[in-house]
Amino acid sequence: MTETSQKTRTHGGFSRRALLAGAGTLAATAAIGVAGFPHIARAQAKTLKVGVYGGYFKESFEKHIFPEFSKATGITVEPVAEPTGEAWLVQLEQAARARQAPADVSMMSQVAMLKGMAAELWAPFDLSKIPNASKVLPHLINKYPDGKVSGIGAVSWYITLVTNTKAYPEPPTSWAALWDPANKEKLGLLALVSNSFLLEVTAATFFGGTKHLDTEQGQLDAFKKLSELKNNVKLWYRDEAQFEAALKSGEIPMGQYYHDVTGLAAADGNPVRSTFPKEGGILDSGSWAVTRASKAGDLAHVFVDYMCQPQIQALLSRKVGTAPTIDRKLTDLTDKEFAAVSSDIPPIIPRYDLYQTKSDWLNQKWTEMIVG
Amino acid sequence: MIRRAPRTFAEHSPILFPALMLVVFFVIPFSLMIAVSVFRRVPGGFYEPDFVFSNYERFLTTFFGGVMSFSLGLAGLVAAVAVGIAFPFTYRLVRLPRPNQIRWLVFLLSILSLSEVIIGFAWSTLLSRTAGITNLFVALGLMAEPQSLSPSFGALLAGLVYQAFPYTVLVLYPALARFDPYLVEAARTLGASPLRAFFTVVVPALRNTIVATTIMVFVFALGSYLLPQLLGRPQHWTLSVLITDQAIYQSNMPFAAAMAVFLVLVSLALVGLALLAGRREEVA
Repeated sequence: MTETSQKTRTHGGFSRRALLAGAGTLAATAAIGVAGFPHIARAQAKTLKVGVYGGYFKESFEKHIFPEFSKATGITVEPVAEPTGEAWLVQLEQAARARQAPADVSMMSQVAMLKGMAAELWAPFDLSKIPNASKVLPHLINKYPDGKVSGIGAVSWYITLVTNTKAYPEPPTSWAALWDPANKEKLGLLALVSNSFLLEVTAATFFGGTKHLDTEQGQLDAFKKLSELKNNVKLWYRDEAQFEAALKSGEIPMGQYYHDVTGLAAADGNPVRSTFPKEGGILDSGSWAVTRASKAGDLAHVFVDYMCQPQIQALLSRKVGTAPTIDRKLTDLTDKEFAAVSSDIPPIIPRYDLYQTKSDWLNQKWTEMIVG
Repeated sequence: MIRRAPRTFAEHSPILFPALMLVVFFVIPFSLMIAVSVFRRVPGGFYEPDFVFSNYERFLTTFFGGVMSFSLGLAGLVAAVAVGIAFPFTYRLVRLPRPNQIRWLVFLLSILSLSEVIIGFAWSTLLSRTAGITNLFVALGLMAEPQSLSPSFGALLAGLVYQAFPYTVLVLYPALARFDPYLVEAARTLGASPLRAFFTVVVPALRNTIVATTIMVFVFALGSYLLPQLLGRPQHWTLSVLITDQAIYQSNMPFAAAMAVFLVLVSLALVGLALLAGRREEVA
């Protein structure tokens, strides 16, 4: 707390204040602080740096969520655009070693959560200060081995089978479409084993479920089956914008992509659609986590509690297109609104455990498969 | 200006600043990288200080050998093509009237201001089926239907050469501008054709410049990691792409550092060999 306020002061708040006080208008300072520059007045007191995925996510949060939160709590949010994947985890960890916190609380993917836990990067949450956390679905609460809470479900999202409606008048029904020889050179797939979750998709589609990945033989089966679709892939993408543009134009008319963003693109009139295959969409989620280097732990608790409220989860579903992390019955989402962000088909849940215990081996096999 | 060798501390002092910069921005970071490369990877986590060679061992496989040779081959090809185009171009450029030269140089400098991302996206659009150059060929009746030319090796090569070209011209420019045009005129007077004069007089006289420029473009292309992802297929991913994957996405700093150290050593060795070969020829 003290360090946060000192930092903001050196950024201009202090000198401004000193100048005005020197003019002998202390009363006016208070008046201006409240009426004219509410941000400055609050910045001196409470500022929380929140990391969310850059681009569309950050824009939506800045527009629909953060202003309401500031109004309700008096805490100013300083949004930080974080890169997807594990890049942000690496930056947070390197910064924490230097006792720096580029963001106090960040939205982290599940694989990044686990890796951060292995390095004890996350400061534990005190659930007694977060009453609304009890509403969050139990599997979306991350815990250290000793039971301390390291992360709390922020949002869930689906990765589904997406198609260009001009190239495919009929939507595909199964993930097996990725293997169809008719789709040669037509697919865009995520380039990393730990964010594409294609091993799970393969296991669910051809081997009866992700349990098949329990053994090394099962994992090798999935790799072998996956290598059969290589000829269909035109682009293995790390950069989402690259695939999204190609999908909209029809250059790459099929692939895996985020359900929420695809829905928004379709709503904007682009010829794209997102389909939940009969084997289920991939259900991934982000958790709120606080780096151990943060000095704003108290504010982070207030923030996370606010985000877990049913009306905020519903607001996220409506405005950002994410699936709620709490039981939908607690929200006032209509069936139609819920269907827009989720599906009744049981989802494919990624095997996060594998990406921690066997991450290097899986990564090596994966790279050899797509590069070789 | 002092013509004799510097003796006192004060006379040596001008090199202190560059030396300091070299230490701060090259020696220290590179030493840190070497240190990290022998640290122990914690699977599913980060790394811990240690002294192990397992990161180097993991690199010594046919798979990484293949990626390494592809990266070196690609960088070599880019260097050869870029210098091959830029040398005759610059040779013509320095003979243009001054205002025209300035216009060309400003144009080339403006290309330098483009980021790698913009270059990559521009080329992938230019080579796409839906909006690309093949649509123009179809309109002209040269092709039956539009085709997608990217991602492919050709697209990657084009993108990298495009990116390297302005640097190449700017490095060649001073040497070619200083080159004495009377040498060519003498050759022509003695009966050599323009082409023959170019290859037997200009190129040999500027051989050192050409070698130095080629090495610079080679090293420049070796570090490219964005264009191979945007314009190439997975088999065209360079070692730099895999280093990025390890460092950024797998949080495996020790392995990324080991690969980077290896890449630096191999390219230094190649540059050394090229310089050595150049010197031998000079002696002969």
